[in-house]
Amino acid sequence: MIRRHCIVLALALLLCWPPFVSAESAGQSGAELHFCLRGEPKTFNPLLVEEDASETIRYLTGGVLIRLNRQTQALEPGLAVSWEVGEKGRKISFHLRTGLHFSDGTPFTSEDVAYTMKALMDPQLHSPTGDSFRSGEGQVIVQTPSPDVVVVTFPAPVAGLERLFDQVAILSAHSPKKEMTVLGPFYVADYAPGSYVLLRRNTNYWKKDKEGKSLPYLESIRLDIQRNRDIELLRFRRGEIHLINALDAEYFDRLQKEMPAVAHDAGTGLDSEQIWFNQVPAAPLPEYRKNWFRTTEFRKAISMAINRADISRIVFGGHAHPAFGPVSPANHFWFNTSLPVPQYDSAGALRLLTQAGFRLDGETLRDSSGNRVEFTVITNSGNRSREQMVAMIQQDLSQIGIKVNLVTLDFPSLIERITRTYDYDACLLGLVNTDLDPNSQMNVWLSSAENHQWNPKQSKPASSWEAELDRLMHAQASAVSDERRKADWDRVQQIVAEQQPFIYLVNKDAMSAISPAVLGSSPSVLDPHAFWNAEILRLAPDPALGAQK
Amino acid sequence: MSHLQKAAACILCIIVLLMVFATILLPASHVRQFRDAPNAGPSTAHPLGTDVLGRDSLSRLLYGTRVSLLLAPTAALLSTLIAAVLGSAAGFLGGRFERIVLAVTDLSLALPWLFLLLTVRAMLPLDVSPMVSVIIAFLMMGLLGWQASVRVICAAARGIRDSDFLLLARSSGCKPARLLLCHVAPNLRSLFYTQFWISIPLFILTEANLSILGLGVMEPMASWGNLLRGFEDFSALGANPWRLVPLILLVIVVMCFQLVLPSQEVTQ
Repeated sequence: MIRRHCIVLALALLLCWPPFVSAESAGQSGAELHFCLRGEPKTFNPLLVEEDASETIRYLTGGVLIRLNRQTQALEPGLAVSWEVGEKGRKISFHLRTGLHFSDGTPFTSEDVAYTMKALMDPQLHSPTGDSFRSGEGQVIVQTPSPDVVVVTFPAPVAGLERLFDQVAILSAHSPKKEMTVLGPFYVADYAPGSYVLLRRNTNYWKKDKEGKSLPYLESIRLDIQRNRDIELLRFRRGEIHLINALDAEYFDRLQKEMPAVAHDAGTGLDSEQIWFNQVPAAPLPEYRKNWFRTTEFRKAISMAINRADISRIVFGGHAHPAFGPVSPANHFWFNTSLPVPQYDSAGALRLLTQAGFRLDGETLRDSSGNRVEFTVITNSGNRSREQMVAMIQQDLSQIGIKVNLVTLDFPSLIERITRTYDYDACLLGLVNTDLDPNSQMNVWLSSAENHQWNPKQSKPASSWEAELDRLMHAQASAVSDERRKADWDRVQQIVAEQQPFIYLVNKDAMSAISPAVLGSSPSVLDPHAFWNAEILRLAPDPALGAQK
Repeated sequence: MSHLQKAAACILCIIVLLMVFATILLPASHVRQFRDAPNAGPSTAHPLGTDVLGRDSLSRLLYGTRVSLLLAPTAALLSTLIAAVLGSAAGFLGGRFERIVLAVTDLSLALPWLFLLLTVRAMLPLDVSPMVSVIIAFLMMGLLGWQASVRVICAAARGIRDSDFLLLARSSGCKPARLLLCHVAPNLRSLFYTQFWISIPLFILTEANLSILGLGVMEPMASWGNLLRGFEDFSALGANPWRLVPLILLVIVVMCFQLVLPSQEVTQ
């Protein structure tokens, strides 16, 4: 008896011996990907997602009708096999995949899509995702002529309608688990507040690889909640986590020096850094200073006098590129390729200022009333790259006689100044852009918008070019054809380049860190950079975690 | 004065001379950016290399020495003065006054002074010059950094409250104010010096932290505090050991102050 047990045990051990285990199966079974969330997820309801942590979970767990491929920037079928947009962007019909099930086994039908759309558009829910679909007054009508067909009709045309469905994770109409049952590659299996979120493989996920094997390959993903980026980097170096989705240039360079193979720069990203002058009429600033800031030549001269190439090279170590305007060149379709390349020309800047009535008095620039041109740039404290950018701007502008002071403020104080008291001259901040569509920037360019930072919440446009921006933004939002919308949005970009209400400085590269243990990764410029293809990621057979490999 | 103390005094004198004549000795302006040579190593043009923006590190070190060695001792003097007055009076008088002073000290120790400083920064007008901003920051540090010293001085004053020489002075008709000024304070002088000297590096490091929060020395000015921020990237230090110079200088200055201190006590 004992002898028989020994033989069984020996056989079992022999089968576990690495040469008997294929790399592929080792990669698929029991493999757990580790990385960090930079904050607590505020919700698991995919319709209420507002912040990054919840967005990460929605991306990994949510099944969507149409998926935006983060690499090609093209729309791909998800739960819908095909779709048609009709009635000039008011109506969209989906043909759904059949025989699909939610993670808890509940069947997926057109009723679930109808239920999701109704919940999404429910004014009581206040869904930020739903806000993108609100095109006009009236009800959204959802029809389900058959279990695999659903037709959604909006009260008014919605620009870029099909693209918006990339954000809509379908909920189950019948499952008692509500939003915790999903159609995406993973489902939330465990959550320890302040500690981690554990996602497990959804065995009912519909997608298969080319060989017909069910996706995802990974058994689970553990998302550790870690706010401190230094600790996140340290954990990556120690091999405790497999990837860092977004890295600053400084951290990227540090990592690249130590482990060049793990640091990935996907190229120019969508995020930008910009500076703007306070043009609020009621701002508590001297009138002469407000006049400078309202003068187009002044803003254009400042823009020309800033050496963006140096900022990209020195502050971001070459991991950024001079910015053209509100759209990054990484946004292939919507970027206006005819915009002029931003040029550094301090002599030209001085000429513009002279035309506007400024004069150089020795090494000091003065306005027509003799006031010295000096202003203070505020930015958020603790951000070294922004402080360094201002230091470089200080030197650039000193060459045309302008004195720039820097004041860093804690974030609440900064927000207080730029949104309520308007007690500041100029502000340098960044814009995190996750959406390619111009509609996502409506809250910036409409003169009545809160994020129209240089002069927000205007009752009527303060200038003719802002009125033109309003008209173009409304026009592109209601146009059906992408070509028409592109023409309007190109004109917006052109006006912004001419008027420089925001002086765009750089577009930062999309950088991430991925351990060699992660197979199948292909970092993209769109968010999520490192795990956009999580369903086909797998871990190398070597059980050792992370970067130390 | 021992040889070691003489050496320490000499080093301090040299540093002070460098600080005074910094303007003449600087290889370049501390704000000028040599953008073709960011993060450069030592060379004849830049003996200590350049920082991340291509500014001459030696110039920034000398200028930073001037800012830190002028303002940190001023803040230390202010805080020691407050601590000396409150601590010695509380320890000497004892009773309810001592309890009130210690309670206030405990209360202010428990206050989130960081938020207080942030509030002050948020309330300051934005158009103050960088130098004024720095002076305000150090004054705030001086006004808020006395609590630990008060407790030490109070304990020492309590220790001599019932001593024979005070009993004699009291019996000779000395009034409390005279007792405090002429008998208690001179006996606590060495403690005052110690508190003063140990506060200086503390304020330099506090300034480094405040720089991160936007209340310290702002760009393009330099101080030891913001030069120490370069150490955030530890990995670069191994390859660029000359970047340790600001830290070495800080350690040397603090050590020299500590070494010179006993001789001053004796001469006093």
